[in-house]
Amino acid sequence: MNWTAFDTSIVIVGALCAVACALPGCFLVLRRMSMMGDAISHAVLPGLAIAFLFSGSRASIAMFIGAAIVGVLTAVFTQWISKFGKVDRGAAMGIVFTTLFALGLILIVQAADHVDLDPGCVLYGAIELTPLDPIASISLGNTTLEIPRAAAVIGIVLLVNLVVITLFFKELRVSAFDPELSTTLGIPSQLMHYLLMTIVAVTTVAAFEAVGSIIVIAMLIVPPATALLLTQRLAIMLPLSAALAAAAAALGHLAAITVPTWFGFESTTTSGMMALAAGLLFTLAWLLSPNQGLLTKHSRHQNLSPE
Amino acid sequence: MKLHSPFALSRSLLVGIAGTVLLLLAAPSTEAAAPASHFHLPTPTELLEVLTLENHNTRIVVLSTTLLGITSGLVGTFLLLRRRSLIGDALSHATLPGIAIAFLIMVAAGGSGKFLPGLLAGATVTGLAGVLLVLAIRNTTKLKDDVAMGFVLSVFFGIGVALLGVIQKMPQASAAGLESFIYGKTASMIQQDFILITAVTLLTAILSLLLVKEFALLCFDEGFAAANGWPTLLLDILMLGLVTAVTVIGLQAVGLILIIAFLITPATAARFWTQNLRKMLVIAALIGGLSGWLGASLSALLPKLPAGAVIVLVAATIFLLSMIFAPARGVFPRYLRQSNLRRKVGRQHLLRAVYEILETNPHPLDKPVPNLPVPLATLQSHRSWSPKQLRKLLRTARKEDHLDPATHDTIQLSESGYGEAARVTRNHRLWELYLIRHADIAPSHVDRDADMVEHVLDANIVQQLEAELDSRDTAATVPPSPHQITPSHSPATT
Repeated sequence: MNWTAFDTSIVIVGALCAVACALPGCFLVLRRMSMMGDAISHAVLPGLAIAFLFSGSRASIAMFIGAAIVGVLTAVFTQWISKFGKVDRGAAMGIVFTTLFALGLILIVQAADHVDLDPGCVLYGAIELTPLDPIASISLGNTTLEIPRAAAVIGIVLLVNLVVITLFFKELRVSAFDPELSTTLGIPSQLMHYLLMTIVAVTTVAAFEAVGSIIVIAMLIVPPATALLLTQRLAIMLPLSAALAAAAAALGHLAAITVPTWFGFESTTTSGMMALAAGLLFTLAWLLSPNQGLLTKHSRHQNLSPE
Repeated sequence: MKLHSPFALSRSLLVGIAGTVLLLLAAPSTEAAAPASHFHLPTPTELLEVLTLENHNTRIVVLSTTLLGITSGLVGTFLLLRRRSLIGDALSHATLPGIAIAFLIMVAAGGSGKFLPGLLAGATVTGLAGVLLVLAIRNTTKLKDDVAMGFVLSVFFGIGVALLGVIQKMPQASAAGLESFIYGKTASMIQQDFILITAVTLLTAILSLLLVKEFALLCFDEGFAAANGWPTLLLDILMLGLVTAVTVIGLQAVGLILIIAFLITPATAARFWTQNLRKMLVIAALIGGLSGWLGASLSALLPKLPAGAVIVLVAATIFLLSMIFAPARGVFPRYLRQSNLRRKVGRQHLLRAVYEILETNPHPLDKPVPNLPVPLATLQSHRSWSPKQLRKLLRTARKEDHLDPATHDTIQLSESGYGEAARVTRNHRLWELYLIRHADIAPSHVDRDADMVEHVLDANIVQQLEAELDSRDTAATVPPSPHQITPSHSPATT
């Protein structure tokens, strides 16, 4: 194995991204809306396409704004359909994101003569390439640290998420567990819902433009679900899921450059392995969680059973 | 980056929007929005050719998508009722590692790796594994379906991406084309694909129709099914197995997004039309088939409209229309029914209030209550109306000829208003008496309970109440109130 400054940089970007996703992800999991990240990352296609057609450039702030707007709209439309049509929220989400994706696909195909915009690869970044796009560099003694653009973008998003969740912790907690109580206490649970959806949409869009969508979808769900198997307290669940997410990012990159070599292949994609690492951490918690683990519960039952 | 003219920009935008909103009228409207030379209205001959499925290629595509739509409408109905619509999303992502593994195995065995049945078998295996994992997480932890599906989706897709990353760096085999599984290749389907789709969809449709009763039990009351000795886990696995079959076959034919939409949208649209499961299955199959047929035909008729996307948009349009207009559960008819009921309740409350005030006037007990003018102030304090609400109620009552003209601070019932008031009060009292006698509710508490039911009493129930309470002899009269009537401003102390 040959660990370079590149690898450190990739792990830092991945960990920042994982933590930024895991924090709002805790609330998504508690509100039973885990699939929102996946829905948003598909649904933003028309937003990207329209922004691209208007601005004519790929890495522009217009793309980000267009995607973020459509991301929030996905949440709004889902809420409308499930509220007014009395439709199951999962089904409403599915209808909204498939329709928006189809719309985006048609826009892109119609414009294909004039622009080159490929739904497969252009819209989603790759984490391996982030160190190649530095935005600034800091000199520390004789070493120069280059800060990738992705790290700066996701760092800002992470900071915003931290501030919002700290400021509205009480409100978000009450409205996640008991919307009726929250309304009775004078906390607008609808507003909290849309606040959460906005930070999820912005996080999703920022992260998948920088590092690819699979990391976003996995880190929104898997670390919070793992933390939920380990604790019953939201105040512990949030830092725990952040730590798990960061660990999954580091383990994932390590696995991406080592595991394939055992089978005689070269390295593989970091993003896929980060999702896999998060999945392995989940499996460990599923089996061994002190209170709820399958094996711990089994051995407890063994101890209880008569001799 | 190529520059493009504003004309090109607006053209593509307009075409996209026109294609979505005006699906049925797509031909003329896209023509109007796109005066580019290569964009022509299909001639009547072309139209006829597509509609009669004369062209062999079009026939295969249209028939395949129609069949897929019908079957996924059937299967999707069960998923919707089980609140598991997004399983198609998780499943279709979970097939990616299977495709990659099958490819690796076939290359290792010396093949090219592009043998379709092998790839499909791989997809089915990991798809089923994903589904079983969803069930295992749901049944052994406190996590809910949505988390389990999200977990399977992201982790399996992650594994798939990692495996593809390995494959792309393999020198001996080209992995190009594996991604076509993700986006589908609707327009280039061949006879073989069609036969495969026909076989799988027919089998799935027949199985799910044979198991309607068992699946319905599972959807509506899993606990009851288990208590009655039905193998619920096995049925659950079987149902998800059928979904896996449809997803894998659809993934290959029409792509990831379309198959997710096919499993969700027709069933959800059908839910607005009926409360009956069997009817819902038929309607969902019809909507799915119609979307597949119409979408594929439109895509064949007009250039540069990918079939998968058009089908999704047709289904979404049908969904939207169903959601707004469907008589059984649509938003608009439901709103009309609710506002009608609100008006009826308001009218009945007003009339009963007037009648109860009239009763307080001294009159011989064997004669009907005299119809005298009622002061507005008394009426206002009788129930907890706001002045604005009362004014609105009175305005409606005048329009319905329930009130006669009177002085500005009194009101008087018309003949029809008086009759209606007596009838409404009588229904209220009958229901109160019934509750006191047969439901053992204290006389001081029946008023509120009766208030909730009296507005929906129909003639049949009133007759039954009369028989029940032996009051046929007093059919024309209003029984006295079983409790003290107090204006809302001074609550009862009894």
